[in-house]
Order: sequence, then C-alpha cells, then structure tokens
Amino acid sequence: MPGYSDPGFDTLALHAGAAPDPATGARAVPIHLTTSFVFESSDHAAALFNLERPGHVYSRISNPTNAVLEQRVAALEGGIGSIATASGQAALHLSVATLMGAGSHIVASTALYGGSQNLLHYTMRRFGIDTTFVKPGDIDGWRAAIRPTTKLLFGETVGNPGLDVLDIPTVSAIAHEAGVPLLVDSTLTSPYLMKPLELGADLVYHSATKFLSGHGTVIGGIVVDGGSFDWEGPRTQGRFAELTAPYDGFHNMVFSEESTVGAFLLRARREGLRDFGACLSPHSAWLILQGIETLPLRMERHMRNTAKVVEFLASHPFVSRVGHPMLESHTSYALAQKLLPKGAGSVFSFDMKGNREQGKAFIETLKVFSHLANVGDCRSLVIHPASTTHFRMSDEALVAGGITQGTIRLSIGLEDADDLIDDLKRALKAAEKTTAKAGA
Amino acid sequence: MELTVQGAKAYCYTGGKPFDAAKPTVVFIHGVLNDHSVWILQTRYLAHHGWNVLAVDLPGHCRSGGEAPATVEAAADFVTALLDAAGVAKAALVGHSWGSLIALEAASRLQDRVSHLVLVGTAYPMKVSPALLESSLNEPMKALTMINVFSRSTLAAPPSALGPGTWVYGASMALGRRVLASNTQVNVFHRGFKACDSYANGEAAMRAATCPVLFVLGEQDQMTQPKAAQLLVGAARDSGKRVQVASLPVGHHQMTETPDATLFVIRDFLRT
Repeated sequence: MPGYSDPGFDTLALHAGAAPDPATGARAVPIHLTTSFVFESSDHAAALFNLERPGHVYSRISNPTNAVLEQRVAALEGGIGSIATASGQAALHLSVATLMGAGSHIVASTALYGGSQNLLHYTMRRFGIDTTFVKPGDIDGWRAAIRPTTKLLFGETVGNPGLDVLDIPTVSAIAHEAGVPLLVDSTLTSPYLMKPLELGADLVYHSATKFLSGHGTVIGGIVVDGGSFDWEGPRTQGRFAELTAPYDGFHNMVFSEESTVGAFLLRARREGLRDFGACLSPHSAWLILQGIETLPLRMERHMRNTAKVVEFLASHPFVSRVGHPMLESHTSYALAQKLLPKGAGSVFSFDMKGNREQGKAFIETLKVFSHLANVGDCRSLVIHPASTTHFRMSDEALVAGGITQGTIRLSIGLEDADDLIDDLKRALKAAEKTTAKAGA
Repeated sequence: MELTVQGAKAYCYTGGKPFDAAKPTVVFIHGVLNDHSVWILQTRYLAHHGWNVLAVDLPGHCRSGGEAPATVEAAADFVTALLDAAGVAKAALVGHSWGSLIALEAASRLQDRVSHLVLVGTAYPMKVSPALLESSLNEPMKALTMINVFSRSTLAAPPSALGPGTWVYGASMALGRRVLASNTQVNVFHRGFKACDSYANGEAAMRAATCPVLFVLGEQDQMTQPKAAQLLVGAARDSGKRVQVASLPVGHHQMTETPDATLFVIRDFLRT
C-alpha cells in the first residue's frame, strides 16, 4: 500500500488524496454536495474560521471532494497544494488577483489562448493591471519587458495554437533574477507530458476542462503552487506585500509568516475564493477526478494518434504547413525534444493551401472530427481559430501568435487513428474539389 | 516576533497573538530541515486559547540568524538563552524529531523552569544511517526525497496546515528545500542529522529532567519508530516522572498528517 514506497505517476493519478471513505467504506471518491459543514461546537467554529484547526466551513472556500482533486493534481505536478476553480480562466484570474492590484504589471507570452490574451490585454487593464506581450522565444524580450512594478511572468507550456514551446528553465531564470515568479498554463501538455514546476516554474494552472477531465463534460480549473518562490527573497524588493504584510481582511495574518512555502495558496483561498467566489462544484470536481484516473492511458493514446495524423498531414500535397514540434521544421523542435520527450501535445494547427471557402468545405466535410470550441476531449475536434477562439485579435496579434486566416486547429482524440486519417483525407479532397468548382 | 539571542536575530512565531509574558508559555522546537511553520495549526490554536507560544526557527534556519547548532547540547543552550531573552521564567517545551532531543536536553538543564516536556516523533539513540548521513551532505535532494518518503504514512492526508487541498508530501519537500537554501554557509541538513546521530546524553537528560513528559509517537513512523522511543519512556518512568504515551495512527509528519489529534493530546497534557 502507498506510504511504504515512492509511488509513481500512474499510482498517484489513482490514489493521491483519496482513501476509502471512513464513514461508509466507499472506495470511489464521494461527491460531497453540501454547501456547509456542521461545527462540533462554538469553539470549533471559531477555530476553523481563524485557521487554528483544519477542516471545511463552506463549499465556496473548500469542500472534501474538491480537496481530493486539489491534492491529486498537486501530487501529479510536484506541488505543495492547489486550488480548484470554476474554470481555467478563473484559475488565471485568481493567480493574478492574489499577487497584485492596480499599478502592477505582467509580462506575458504572445502565444496565448485567446481568452487569456483577452483577460490580460483588455479586462485586467481596465482594473489598472498592465501587460507587456513578448514572443515566447524572444529571451531578451522577456528580460527587457520587466519593470519595477512587474509581479508576474506568464506563458503557456506550448502556445495555443502554434505550439511554441516555452523555454521554462530560461524564462524562469530571468524571472527569478528579477525577483518575480513564473506562472505557466500547462493545459495542453498536462502533467503527463511536462511538469513545469520541476523545470523552474513557480505556479502552474490548468483548464481542467481539457485533458485532466478529458471527456468534454465539465468546465473547471486548478492552480498549483510549487512552494518554491520566496515572496520575501532579497530580489523581490518588497513587491509582494499582499503575501508578506499583515492583511486587515483576514485577522491581520501575514501569510508568508504563517506558512514558509504556502503563502500564495493561503491568500488565494482565504481572499480569492472567499471574495471573488469562482469556486468549483464538487460534482464537477468528481468528474475531473474520474478523468484524471485514466490520464496516463489517455495521454499515451493521444500522443500515438497525434504522431500518425501529423505524419499523414505533413505528406499531404494540399497541406502547406503542419505546426507540431515533433517535426524538424517546427521552430520549437529542439526545445520540445529537450523539455517534452513524451510528446508536445495533441492540439496543433496546420495550414491548407487555398482560400477561406476551402477551409469551410474542409471543416464541414469532416464527420469524425467535431467542429466546436474546445480541445483535450477524448473525441477529435476541429476549429478555425481566426474566426472563433482568436477572433478579437488584430491581424498583427494573430501573426504574432502564429495564426493565419487559413489555419485549422485540431485536437486529436482517442478514436482509431485510421478513422481519423480517413476523415481528414476525405475533407481535404472535398476542399480541393471546392477549388476546382470555383475555378471552372 | 524577533529577539536577540546569543547575539543573533532569533525569530519566533507567536500564533497570531502578541507575546504576553503573563500567560503560560510553550516553546515549540522543529526538527531537521524544518522551521516554525510545521507547528502552525497547533501553535495558532494554543495562542488563541490562553497560552503564549514561541515557535522558533533554530539558529541558521530560515528567519533566524546565528550559527546553526552542530550538537543537541548547543541547541539546548540556545533554548535556554531564548527563554532568558524573552523574559520567560517557566515554559513548556515541545519538540519534534531532532527538536525533541533539543527539548529533552534543555529540560534537563533548565530543571524547574520547564513545566512540561512533549517529545513528538522521538527516538533515542536517534541514529542516522551512514548512507543517509552521506547523502545529506553530498546529495541532499536525494536524501530529502528519502526522508519524506519514510516520513509519509498516507497518500490521503486530512485537511492540514495550509488547509484543504494541501499535498503534505509536496509541502514537506518544498519546506526542506527552502530551509536548506536559507543557509548558504552551512549544510543544515547534514549538520542536523549529525547532531541527532551523535547525541549521547538522552537517558541521563531524561533522568535529570524534573517535569512530566508526554511522548507523541506515530504508529507508522519509519523515521523514528515507536520502539526506538522506549529507552526514553523507560528512563522517564524509572525516574518517577508522570509519563504519558500517545500513539497516533500516522507516520513522522504527526503535525500535518493528524493535526487535530496531535493538538489535542498536547493541549490536554499542558492543562495538567
């Protein structure tokens, strides 16, 4: 039984955070659909509110089912703990809002999910938080963009949708040299393919909607703290008063004094979940846990299918570019070999030759691939980023993110690879015929 | 709270309440590669329930300056000086692992100035295998992983020191890395282990101490197995002290794997 050895990834994916329910003997994780938890006494209630004793008070702040998910993802990522949130976007917002307020600054990669780019470029700016965007591979650019007010560096493990691999060891070194933490969105790689904390990142978050849950059934997010960043370190120059000075809003607690390694999580839960309230439903937490139990099996199959599909597309005459780092032609090929030896994910883009009408014909001919706005499902998915997920971005921003009008994004699922290739083959043929008709 | 002890800054966590010399005082002493934060739940509770708590960072560890103690005896000198600096006439001493030996040695010297002695996850002799000693010096990350694996008894700890969602194993690993990095002059991992390994005054110290003693042992503790505490238990009983032994169904992370049970057994003992 675990505890007498150092369990591996697959064992943690099944067991971390969960034991048979002591009250009922239930082996699977129970879904605790309750808003609140009865106090043993007035003293117990006061002690829970004052963080003198561990336990649950109200499900917006914590819940036993969510706590299993939080322990499990922290275990898989090699972190100290985590906080489940209503969505991946909520996890990003919680991270930002915990570390800074108006007047602060973020340096972020240009290769971001459209929603993240939107949050930083438009929405957070309205609240006085400014962001400078730099290309993920522009190492000097990361360093040059840092200001005295910078509180966070932020990028995606592999940028959406061009799959620019973030050089986490190098970017984290730049961040730490400046006394700033590095936050990484690891949604597209999952801890199976990469553990960003081991590479130097300080905080990691996921849209658990994607590979962690893996079945396209639930919206959720989670942010993991590696416990590595010293919020009071000499290089921080007092930047993080939110964590290192008494907080009137919670018993004048100094979070960094309360916990040497967990100040971020303490404030994020005690302020962020309490006040912003973007908590995860326990039912959703359970669905994500169900997904995580088979994460290693699914990721292995995702990568096997992706390799076959990439190979097919790369040799197809109607395809002008396949943007996957497993190909030597990709700018991140060498970095992916180094940082992502198990594969660089199953979400990638390619460009077809031809025009917008051909793209439309391609997507509408597909039968196994579903046309929708999601990735990381067990089913294969397809979308046209320029008109959907990234439609708010300017042409310049699109180009900076590696997206053109002809770019198609695929999320390779768990179907038979031959069926996926057959589906793509027919759709590409239909696209070519559309050209022929237009030219006749 | 910061004090000057033996000429250096000494940090003590006071549980979120100001230090009040009028209240009974409890000093908490951490183990190797730990700091005050391993006691957060227990100390915060006691500080809000009538006690004065001083959860110290030992010299050369995290927030405290000074020379990291190379022996249990040197650390006990520090505890004595700490009480003097804080103006505490009498205190209870609570120690975990290495900290338990320090508390024991300090209690033997301070005599009636110690009201209660609590030894959590203790053993005597506290021998450290040569391989682990060598790893702590030359491959500290490997040794850190090893001791945390040995310390763990479950993959599903209840809500703990950072609250629900804490992965206790990961938190212990991160704290160990932080404490090790906090001293750039001395490898406090190896120095602490050597101090444990070389301490030879345990039985005599137990006989010399004058206060009641509580042993808080983890039934699944592989770092300091319960049977390894029996020499001290016997010495305490043989010397006529009031002795209480509490066995908790956990490993070496008593304070985080079973925070409430650890708290209550200490609290109830301190009330006697």
